[in-house]
Amino acid sequence: MEGTIGVLGLQGAVREHIVSLSRLGVAARAVKKAEELDGLSGLILPGGESTAISLLAGGGLLARLREMGRTGFPFFGTCAGMILLAREIEGQEEAYIRAIDITVARNASGRQVHSFETVLSVDGIGDDVPAVFIRAPYITRMGPGVRPLARHEGAVVMAREGNVLVTSFHPELTDDLRIHRYFIEMVENYEREVRQ
Amino acid sequence: MVKKGTFRVKSGLAEMLKGGVIMDVTTAEQAKIAEKAGAVAVMALERVPADIRAQGGVARMADPEKVKEIQAAVSIPVMAKVRIGHFVEAQILEALEVDYIDESEVLTPADPRYHIDKWAFTVPFVCGARDLGEACRRIGEGAAMIRTKGEPGTGNVVEAVKHMRLMQEQIRAVLAAPDDELMKMAKEMGAPYEVLLLIREKGRLPVVNFAAGGIATPADAALMMQLGADGVFVGSGIFKSGDPEKRARAIVEATTHYSDPKILAEVSAGLGEAMSGIAIEEIPPHEMMQVR
Repeated sequence: MEGTIGVLGLQGAVREHIVSLSRLGVAARAVKKAEELDGLSGLILPGGESTAISLLAGGGLLARLREMGRTGFPFFGTCAGMILLAREIEGQEEAYIRAIDITVARNASGRQVHSFETVLSVDGIGDDVPAVFIRAPYITRMGPGVRPLARHEGAVVMAREGNVLVTSFHPELTDDLRIHRYFIEMVENYEREVRQ
Repeated sequence: MVKKGTFRVKSGLAEMLKGGVIMDVTTAEQAKIAEKAGAVAVMALERVPADIRAQGGVARMADPEKVKEIQAAVSIPVMAKVRIGHFVEAQILEALEVDYIDESEVLTPADPRYHIDKWAFTVPFVCGARDLGEACRRIGEGAAMIRTKGEPGTGNVVEAVKHMRLMQEQIRAVLAAPDDELMKMAKEMGAPYEVLLLIREKGRLPVVNFAAGGIATPADAALMMQLGADGVFVGSGIFKSGDPEKRARAIVEATTHYSDPKILAEVSAGLGEAMSGIAIEEIPPHEMMQVR
């Protein structure tokens, strides 16, 4: 693809996503301020600490992302990124970008000693996708437009609604690029639609 | 099949903390202040390094009761310190399910010769280092995250700068060396050869490297980030200052926007008094923590 994909670069595993995109031949850059969102074709919200990232994003950046969400802009959130994109967060009154109609439970997989890696079956990608879960959030409710793409022990850990993709786990910590490629295809389709 | 405690899972949490600030806290209340200010994790301990330095005596792992209170107060990861070589303190903290263990020179060492075998644990460890050899030995023992030692509890960034610069310089030398010089280099640095091979494969340290030991201001944090740190630990610098809430928030902003002097100028203004600080030359040699 020709466009550039941004990676929200306030805090967290920013470099890993940029490396994964570069390995797929896609231009990528970190974004720390609202004006740096201009000209992007899609945005990845990486893993990190969601409370810290949301504070750093403050009013301006979050408001702008919420606006972009309403226009169908392609987002991909991993772990903390999924929390930022969710419509509702369990035990918390306010959510952040609200671009995908799901409810998430933070730290659903428990403290770090319960973090794990496994192999998942992902709808449309394969039954051998390596997945690293770190103090991971799970999806506990999905709106009617949301399609579950992967489960772990019954819990939904990957889903999509329109142009928004979310995972509980970290594809950027593995060498497997299929989930990033899947998102790039979403971005390409969106660009085609916008042009028409 | 589900695998817990793999190196990827251990080092992965440290990757998620990058670009963030980890703050020392001694109470649940301080932990809440840290979380609200945007800390990516808190370090639970009995006394901050400046107090350990001032009061003397043997410094040990925090009371499990206190660790539990802090865990209950926040949703961000909770780390805690053990004495160097004290693997039973580490077993206790693992049983409490802390998210990371810091095998730390800030506490009084329990073993003058050996560090903990960190491969034996499911919980990940962070260890301090002054140079690349020390960092690689700790990684060889299973550490999944490294930080500079600096000189804790001083509010003086000079030692952290020294350690970070030296590590970066040595990493560059390892990357530039021809294959047939690497073994000699490993011997001279006191670094496991296999870890040097990993550095060459990755083009950098195979784990995250934070700055720690003497960071007291937003400018200190940004300095360490510009020198190549992946994030910062702030020990005494926050809760020994005049306005902890404001300073904590400012250091978080400075760590994210470390290369933007305009933002650094904004967040550095009007923070009240910084911790007073100690010149390294004033510390008697036997009170230096970094040599532990």
